[in-house]
Amino acid sequence: MAQPAATVPDESAVQAQTPKKELGPVFKVAAGPTKYLDDRLGIAGLGRPFLRKVFPDHWSFLLGEIALYSFIVLILSGIFLTIWFKPSMAEIEYEGTYELLRGIQMSEAYASTLGLSFDIRGGLLLRQMHHWAAAVFVAAMLAHSLRIFFTGAFRKPREINWLIGVAMLTLGIINGFTGYSLPDDLLSGTGLRFVDGLIRSIPVIGTWAEFFTFAGEFPGELIIPRLYMVHILLVPALLLGLIAAHLALVVYHKHTQYGGPGRTEGNVVGFPVFPVYAAKAGGFFLIVFGVLTLMGATMQINPVWVFGPYNPAEVTAGSQPDWYMGFVEGGIRIMPNWEWHIGSTTWSWNVAIPGLGLMGLFFGLMAIYPFVEAWVTGDKREHHVLDRPRNAPTRTAFGVAAITGYSLLMIGGGNDLVATQFDVSLNAVTNFLRVAVFVGPVIAFLVTKRICIGLQRADHDRLIHGAESGVIDRAPSGKYSERHRPIGPGEAFRLIEHDETPALLPVTDVDGMSVREIRGEQLRRRATRFFFIDTLRRPTRAELEEAARHHAHGHDEIGADGEHHAIEAEEEHHLAK
Amino acid sequence: MSDDTSQGRPGTEVATVDEERYPVPDPGLEPHIPRLTDVDERAANRATRQVATFFGLVPLLSIGFVVVYFAVPGNVWVDFGPLRANTRNLLLGLTFGLALLFLGIGAVQWGRKLMDDEEKIDYRHSAASSDDDKNYMLTELDKVVDESKLTRRKIIGRTLLAALATILLPMIAGLADLGPWPTKKKRAETIERTIWAPGIRVVQDVTFEPFKPEDIEVGQLINAEPANLQDLHGSEYQTEKAKAAVIVVRMDPNTITIPPSRQDWQIGGILCYSKICTHVGCPISLWEQQTHHLLCPCHQSTFDLGNSGVVVFGPAKRALPQLPIALDAEGYIIAQRDFTVPVGPSYFERDSRNDYEVGDN
Amino acid sequence: MMGALYTVTAPPAPVSAETGNSQQVAEGKALFAVGCASCHGLNGEGQISGTIQGPPLAGVGAAAVDFQVSTGRMPMARPGEQAAVKPNRYSEEEVAALAAYVATLGPGPAIPEPAEYDTANISAEDLARGGELFRTNCSACHNFEGAGGALPNGKYAPPLKGLDNKRLYLAMLTGPQQMPVFSDEVLTPEDKRAIIGYLNVLHERPADGGLALGGLGPVSEGLWAWIIGLGGLICFAIWIAAKGAKAK
Repeated sequence: MAQPAATVPDESAVQAQTPKKELGPVFKVAAGPTKYLDDRLGIAGLGRPFLRKVFPDHWSFLLGEIALYSFIVLILSGIFLTIWFKPSMAEIEYEGTYELLRGIQMSEAYASTLGLSFDIRGGLLLRQMHHWAAAVFVAAMLAHSLRIFFTGAFRKPREINWLIGVAMLTLGIINGFTGYSLPDDLLSGTGLRFVDGLIRSIPVIGTWAEFFTFAGEFPGELIIPRLYMVHILLVPALLLGLIAAHLALVVYHKHTQYGGPGRTEGNVVGFPVFPVYAAKAGGFFLIVFGVLTLMGATMQINPVWVFGPYNPAEVTAGSQPDWYMGFVEGGIRIMPNWEWHIGSTTWSWNVAIPGLGLMGLFFGLMAIYPFVEAWVTGDKREHHVLDRPRNAPTRTAFGVAAITGYSLLMIGGGNDLVATQFDVSLNAVTNFLRVAVFVGPVIAFLVTKRICIGLQRADHDRLIHGAESGVIDRAPSGKYSERHRPIGPGEAFRLIEHDETPALLPVTDVDGMSVREIRGEQLRRRATRFFFIDTLRRPTRAELEEAARHHAHGHDEIGADGEHHAIEAEEEHHLAK
Repeated sequence: MSDDTSQGRPGTEVATVDEERYPVPDPGLEPHIPRLTDVDERAANRATRQVATFFGLVPLLSIGFVVVYFAVPGNVWVDFGPLRANTRNLLLGLTFGLALLFLGIGAVQWGRKLMDDEEKIDYRHSAASSDDDKNYMLTELDKVVDESKLTRRKIIGRTLLAALATILLPMIAGLADLGPWPTKKKRAETIERTIWAPGIRVVQDVTFEPFKPEDIEVGQLINAEPANLQDLHGSEYQTEKAKAAVIVVRMDPNTITIPPSRQDWQIGGILCYSKICTHVGCPISLWEQQTHHLLCPCHQSTFDLGNSGVVVFGPAKRALPQLPIALDAEGYIIAQRDFTVPVGPSYFERDSRNDYEVGDN
Repeated sequence: MMGALYTVTAPPAPVSAETGNSQQVAEGKALFAVGCASCHGLNGEGQISGTIQGPPLAGVGAAAVDFQVSTGRMPMARPGEQAAVKPNRYSEEEVAALAAYVATLGPGPAIPEPAEYDTANISAEDLARGGELFRTNCSACHNFEGAGGALPNGKYAPPLKGLDNKRLYLAMLTGPQQMPVFSDEVLTPEDKRAIIGYLNVLHERPADGGLALGGLGPVSEGLWAWIIGLGGLICFAIWIAAKGAKAK
């Protein structure tokens, strides 16, 4: 196992060879049409860089694919729905199949949604597939961005791709909201009313923004057609463009990979696009499509006929938006009632802060994080090998803190359901969360950081001592010790193959720097200390050799002073002067 | 060690494994271990059969979908344990969904078990362009600017920029009709008034029947509207309803606080409040008969209707507007006039000094 | 002046028909003394101080007693914010006797006739109207399909599924605990019947789209989208990228 396997020679793993051998049956059939196209489009030239492009294989790399494939399902199912949906708020009397609403006044939009649900064969299936796909789309984007975050895949050269991703997440959420508001039912109409109040409360420009959005007062007669345009044209067009750019960059940069033997910053190890990756990716698309269809078949979602048509004097207990708006809903619910009445003006902080502020905070923090980390580390190299989260404890801790805050806000969004399902007081839940959204993330940060460092210690122990074998020796003197066996070079390499950024002391040599530059540099160095001072440094070659020598003697005793003789995983503060 | 960041290296070269920094040398790619299906012909055949079976089921399911589509009516439901669902929807989805799923599973299984799984290595290039390319770009761009004579005749550039900037103006101006402009006059006509007027009867929502005080018991809640709402239709109806909706509640006068200025706004403990929450506009009907608290289901703002609708919990700031009521000649409840403050959510230009606050007269 | 106004506009003359025969009333009084008097006082006068509280029962009417006792809410196990539903230990005759006795304490709403809450031949038009009435008057507390909802400080509006017609009618008529009253003069018996009919059909009809997942709207939908949707697909993803059985 010590001998590396014969690797492919350096120049090119895939030698382009003009096929001189006997052509297989596929070639014989395809040759003619391919030449026809190539004569006009020059597509054979694409073969060299793309035909056998290598993609590394890990399940966590498929999260982005889930998002992409659910988006395709959304497009396909959406086109079906547009064939019957009427984006009109004109009032009609319902004379359709659903008897509990017959004779009721409702908008054309709502009536056409009922038609899709009960009269168009397959309509309900497509409606439900579409809605489940939307929920899964945003969930997959969020999970994918978390994977990117925790493995540090947003570092150079992928910062712009990260920003494109944040933009797509924003657009996905917007499209989800506009989409479920289209049927003009009681639940989504109530949500639209909330948005109306939110827009109206924006200081200075609120009424203008409200009147321009709704073409006058709420609800007016234009909001549904306008949302329709946004939902089927504007946002999908933007999303398609961003997806193309996103994927193009992934292809250009080549996909990142987890560290391991034979995997370096300079290569990518995996399967070629054709045939393996195409089979797995294509198959996965069909699996995603199939799962979403099965969900649409068996799990009811958004039963608008039970909600009834939108009526501004009606509401349901337990009014919540779709899950991805939950954090904003939570912020709005737990916010204290701060509003300034200055002269004849009203400044509604109780709505503006959680409404615009939270959304700005969420997407803003996501967007700037890569640049903040790049500034802190001062790292200008390209990174293609992924971090294990434990090796970036502060980043991981920030991520978990953000997830904690987000989750607490989501719970806030469902505080009335928490109260009824768990038999607690609604007011108590709200008051608790008012404190918890600040305290919770701090606690999460501290706990996560310590857990990461603990895991780093475990790795360090494995490197120094080797793996625990479970075999206990008893020395003649009576002392117990566990035998360790050394880990393989592959695992050892994987455990030390990560970046180390030093925590820096304040700069002392300030010649040639302006006051502003000095202050900036001191701040940055303080940030490096915050980020990296607790991180374990990996063992040096000397330490490993010393440890190996020690273990070669075959014992690992507890000495008279109670301390291990072997080199402890000391938390050495890695300070560079 | 120097002041500098010890790991920042200039420029764009992709980092490689550094002998000193990595105490364990890269042992290289692990040797390829063939899969069971690579060495065992029986396993390979089994895998082939699996793939073919999955693919083979798909046509059956697809045809099944078509059969269900035409054969199953829409008004039958299946009752199978916890699953009580529309039969057609269920079967259409199961056939189509499983068809897609099996196609996908077959393809994946083919890739996993039978396709060649030897890992390949591809080499990365720096994301940045070569120095050659960069120099070419810079030199040629320089020439481009030179040839355009832009630097010599600067006024071209300046006037061009100004022109381009202003060409956006027609496009922005063209959006000015997105909605009516909420000037002071417009606001007074729209969001600051409702269709309530002196003498308009308060009628029950949905039935539009009026009512008298003797019809109302202590602890009763009536969801109500102005009688003239019935004259409106379509979006006008919805828009006015979104402001005019009210609730009428009756409480024991001994248990509530009525400020002097509102003594004549109520009739024997019957009070009428706006139904539209002052937070972001949801309609509120959740009234607790004994505590007199009104809870909005959207964000849990709670108003005390026994104390002029002041906020007792939640994110709303302003009290719920109260509609002054009286009796008409036949004894039915009517409105005295429109609300004294704008109903519904706050907005910047709203003069909120007239809203009721605890301690007001 | 206020008093005069109040007299003119006093709450409606109650529809308490016959107060039951005297034997029924006596039986009710005896049952009351055992099961109710410790909180409500021997003559139903109520107690509002001390640790054991019960409001006065003059004027609640037979209807209220029928509802509270037959759903097991009363007698309450202990004083609290919410009288929870629990198994009822009184027989129908005993409930009627209690109701008859309490009706004598003061005029109040009477138990409705079966015709008032029988929805057997309800018209389609009435069903739809019942839905409108339900969504206007009831869903704010009880949710769009009667799954229940939260009230302040630990109280809740209970779910309506499984309640029979009479119970639904009585609740609307009497306004139990925090629920407001919906008197017959405003929400007429026809209106109430329409609401009950709507709820019956709604609850009987299977969820067209499949498993109802709790009927709690987007919150439960989001939960299942993550668990089954994303979770399921991640399971597939792990399978796709997993290295299968090796030769050695």
